[in-house]
Amino acid sequence: MASTTQLPTTPAALPQVVTTRRRPPKLGRSRPNFLGGLGGWLWLAIIIVPVYYVVITSLKNQAGFFTSNPMLPPSEPTLDNYKLVLENDFAKYFTNSLIVTVGSVVPALFVAFMAAYAIVRGKGRFLSWTNNVFLLGLAIPLHATIIPIYWMITKAHMYDTLLALILPSIAFAIPVSVLILSNFMRDVPNELFESMRLDGCSDWAMMWRLALPMTKPAVITVGIYNALHVWNGFLFPLILTQSPDTRVLPLSLWTFQGEFSVNIPAVLASVVLATLPLLVIYVVARRQLLSGLTAGFSK
Amino acid sequence: MSATTTTPQQELGVGRTTGTRRTLEKGPSGWLAVPALAFFMLFAILPLLGVLFLSFTRWDGLGEIKLDGLSSWNTVLADPVTGNALLVTAKIMFFSFIVQAPISLLLGVFTAASQKYRAALAVLYFVPLLLSSAAVAIAFKALLDPNFGLGPGLGLPFLAQDWLGNSDLVLFVVVFVIAWQFVPFHTLIYQGGVRQIPASLYEAAQIDGAGRVQQFFNITLPQLKYTMITSSTLMVVGSLAYFDLIFVLTAGGPGYSTRLLPLHMYLTGFKANDMGAASALGVILVVIGLALALFLQRLGGKNRNASQLEGA
Repeated sequence: MASTTQLPTTPAALPQVVTTRRRPPKLGRSRPNFLGGLGGWLWLAIIIVPVYYVVITSLKNQAGFFTSNPMLPPSEPTLDNYKLVLENDFAKYFTNSLIVTVGSVVPALFVAFMAAYAIVRGKGRFLSWTNNVFLLGLAIPLHATIIPIYWMITKAHMYDTLLALILPSIAFAIPVSVLILSNFMRDVPNELFESMRLDGCSDWAMMWRLALPMTKPAVITVGIYNALHVWNGFLFPLILTQSPDTRVLPLSLWTFQGEFSVNIPAVLASVVLATLPLLVIYVVARRQLLSGLTAGFSK
Repeated sequence: MSATTTTPQQELGVGRTTGTRRTLEKGPSGWLAVPALAFFMLFAILPLLGVLFLSFTRWDGLGEIKLDGLSSWNTVLADPVTGNALLVTAKIMFFSFIVQAPISLLLGVFTAASQKYRAALAVLYFVPLLLSSAAVAIAFKALLDPNFGLGPGLGLPFLAQDWLGNSDLVLFVVVFVIAWQFVPFHTLIYQGGVRQIPASLYEAAQIDGAGRVQQFFNITLPQLKYTMITSSTLMVVGSLAYFDLIFVLTAGGPGYSTRLLPLHMYLTGFKANDMGAASALGVILVVIGLALALFLQRLGGKNRNASQLEGA
């Protein structure tokens, strides 16, 4: 909900914000909800146990893995597994993932932002039709399109290139981006646009100088959300790339698993390493992401 | 966004265009939407038509594409594996909905409250969403190992089963892992929904002496109707996309016991090199997805305005 307060709100909307923020303590004042608390902690355990297992196992050597209790941390933690993964071209896969993620998310945000602006501020049948096409995109299992996409990519001689991953990733990120961005853009007070219009501003200028700063939290949220999807994407790399030179991290996990099959600690170390960058982003931008997503989807 | 600045009229106009602005004012050019639309048409809508076209062809993925009438459809519809894949998809969809929906709803209500520890828990709940499906599948494969996983680790023999090798159990293991990965996201959606419920409703209920359970059933649940539809739509349509997780976790096995439709499509096309049949399966996938999405939207009733439709 943090983004709510960061967004400009009209005076009429402000009291609502205040009441929303004030409600929870009232609930909290009633007698403690033991059953709810129990459930909450239980779910935490369900979430944490696999994570804990992955981390401790990745620090075990192979002998330790076979002999020690699987749920206890290693007596002599080792980073050898991480070294092994890093020596196996991890940096290359990481770079590939980074290129694909940045190369998809930035253009997707750019075009989705312009589209959201046009849809919210503009009028006419074309724009409403466009909006409906994007809404339809949310209801279609886009996985079903992989075969024609594979055909198009091979025809364009882009098979086994990073561009082959970037182009469809941009397209698939657009519907949800437009949805969330336009939800936020509707909250920018019309008066601001009108006053800029009176100052003789063009739509292009208003988009970048008014709409963008006003919806910055949403742009960041959508950016992270898309980055998460592209970074973790598995299907496109699986069908559109082949060689180690274009391998991205999720696919590398799968191939590591094939190569090191018996060396479970090393496989799990690769899982940790592949997730680490997202964990860092999450720690830094957690508030932004959670509040933005809550707002973007439940509007 | 509990605090929408849109008036009801605007809400209704949403999805078309905002109707409240002065008609004299010129809106931005539709051209601004063209780049996004072009990308989406080229890589999503066009392939959607392409998948229909390819379902009437014979293609091994490398050579020439030859028109072949209905033969792919005949192959697919006569193949018992297709029926099985549909059944597996339906089972996974049903069970993962039954498991995920109540957990997400309750956790969403739980984390929407103000207690500090609940906020801290919410932060940790989100962690599974950071992992790729491949990572989740690999982690659970190791964790569920009957010799070196959770079972022997906790000394609980019933946990030391061959979870992924037993065709009676594997479906439920898959449902559990899916829930582990996706409940966090839906919790977030419900959390947002709960926070939008006007405080005055609860205050009034408290004055009337309604207890916590009564408040939950008489205020929270009815108020979450549209959130439920949004979440359910994403859940159900999303379950047609559980490809990567299952591919890495079980590869559809043992036997055909977890070979659901998207995976069956992939294996038919890219492993058995029958792109025609795979495309026919793709068409089935799209039709099911659209039908389910439309059905769930209808559940919302006719009074729903476009803004809520967008939540889907």
